[in-house]
Amino acid sequence: MERGHWEHFEHQADIGVRGCGPDLDTAFEQAGIALTAVVTDPAKVEPREAVPIEARAVDVEFLFVEWLDALIYEMATRGMLFSRYEVHIDADRTHLTATAWGEAVDRERHQPAVEVKGATLTELKVWQEDGAWCAQCVVDV
Amino acid sequence: MDLEPFSEHTETRWVLAPRGKMRVPGVIYATEDLIRDMDDKVLEQLSNVATLPGIVRAAYAMPDAHWGYGFPIGGVAAFDPEAGGVVSAGGVGFDISCGVRTLLTGLTREDILAVQEPLAEALFAHVPAGLGSTGHITLNEAEMDAMLEGGAQWAVERGWGRPEDLERIEERGRMAGADPAQVSARARERQRKEMGTLGSGNHYLEVQHVTAVYREDIARAYGLAVGNAVVSIHCGSRGLGHQIGTEFLKKMVQAAARYGIDLPDRELACAPIDSPVGRQYLGAMRAAINCALANRQIITHLVREAFAGVLPEADLRLLYDVSHNTRKEEEHEVDGVKKRLFVHRKGATRAFGPGHPLIPEDLRPFGQPVIIGGTMGTASYILAGSETGERLAFSSACHGAGRAMSRRQATRTWHGRDIVEELRRRGIIVKSPSLRGVAEEAPGAYKDVSAVVEAADAAGLAHKVARLEPLITIKG
Repeated sequence: MERGHWEHFEHQADIGVRGCGPDLDTAFEQAGIALTAVVTDPAKVEPREAVPIEARAVDVEFLFVEWLDALIYEMATRGMLFSRYEVHIDADRTHLTATAWGEAVDRERHQPAVEVKGATLTELKVWQEDGAWCAQCVVDV
Repeated sequence: MDLEPFSEHTETRWVLAPRGKMRVPGVIYATEDLIRDMDDKVLEQLSNVATLPGIVRAAYAMPDAHWGYGFPIGGVAAFDPEAGGVVSAGGVGFDISCGVRTLLTGLTREDILAVQEPLAEALFAHVPAGLGSTGHITLNEAEMDAMLEGGAQWAVERGWGRPEDLERIEERGRMAGADPAQVSARARERQRKEMGTLGSGNHYLEVQHVTAVYREDIARAYGLAVGNAVVSIHCGSRGLGHQIGTEFLKKMVQAAARYGIDLPDRELACAPIDSPVGRQYLGAMRAAINCALANRQIITHLVREAFAGVLPEADLRLLYDVSHNTRKEEEHEVDGVKKRLFVHRKGATRAFGPGHPLIPEDLRPFGQPVIIGGTMGTASYILAGSETGERLAFSSACHGAGRAMSRRQATRTWHGRDIVEELRRRGIIVKSPSLRGVAEEAPGAYKDVSAVVEAADAAGLAHKVARLEPLITIKG
């Protein structure tokens, strides 16, 4: 199965997260991994505990921002990091339900570099190209 | 940045005449070297800010300006509520009231060097730093409300600090007009375990020594002399401020559309000052300012505890506390008329000149202390608000070095361990829970803070008073 991919892109003060995949759900999932990678190496995060997530917005781009903000909120308040996601975006692309799997932050093992404050609207874009979906924005750290 | 668009300039002041939908000019204070190194995005963002309704005189950028979110970081803009002025969440930023405070210690560099390692250990153990650290204080709902209303005054009443500390904090430690009811349950939840924590990224706690004094008279009034040891704390409103910033950014995108505000960039999302969303934001933002002031006050208390265990003779008195992500209501003279304006400072420090009534009485003749945070390997500076600052940029100065390189580039260029060792060889002890975090904050990833400060001084925004260099750095 095509799993998609994630990457970071440059921003002078902060960092951009981008997820791509064969469908929108996968693009959002991959961007979630990119978000974790801002903090630590996602390969070091065990998907031990599941956290349900729901987000709603006026359009698909704001839905992406809400998705990242929901993850940032769960990371901050639960003291967790996530490494696996399952996202289901509704047909009208204004609502999603998801599960994020991860574990409590272990400062020795994860060496968290920086906390993410929030998703921004800078470089915010959700698009389809050559049969693949991508979603991106800069996050404030 | 290309210098072509500027219609006029001096050595340190570059003017972009209004074009397109700009209502006022854009003005950058910087030397030619600094301005050439600035990203073109700074000029684009400054031009965009200049299009906002009710903007007064000009959109300004400080010498440390860099690409931000809608507003450039290092940006200053004042809005007139009587001319349809707006308030923008992006113009304050996510880390509301992020700032720096500097404490005098009554000690010398030698006193610190005699106990450098145990003092670094004690500070690192006492002050929670970095992602995953939690504060020693958990607030219930009633106490959360009291903190959001009371700021550093609340903290001092609870025993975290001394009443005289409040004299040396902007707004005397309590921002009036806070409305805790506008602070969401999620913002409160994010703050529950974060009171008295330093955070991460560019936030730090440093023990520094004064290595140069440029204005003897002002330095003496501030209590600074070469060889003195001081402590500086850089942090903000933690999770609560971040959550308020993200929530209102999204609300204001919709509000701007509703009020027919034509936004050149949706990150500039804003609402009329006197609109329901505008008022809600101001109430929440002022509560977040109080959260930041309370947070720095609690950390000050923890620093005093750490010093007491290692250097009991230390007397840690607050020199001053400044915030550099704010939007404040101030009186300024515009075309000879005193006006009540709402001044956004995003990555810029308020810098009232001599005689301003809001400066503590004993410092008033010398101008407001302006604290410029540097990077761990270089230097920080104390400046003083100047006589000309008001006319130049509504009494504002720079706030730090400003990044020159992205985090990703920094981690590709340096290893955290090498930086810690290199700094140790130079006599600086760095303590951090994350080596990658240290690499991302490498001194080389920032602009030359000295060049930024020189430019601010030469432009007349503030006077250079003293240079501080680190002996101990606690990084989040």
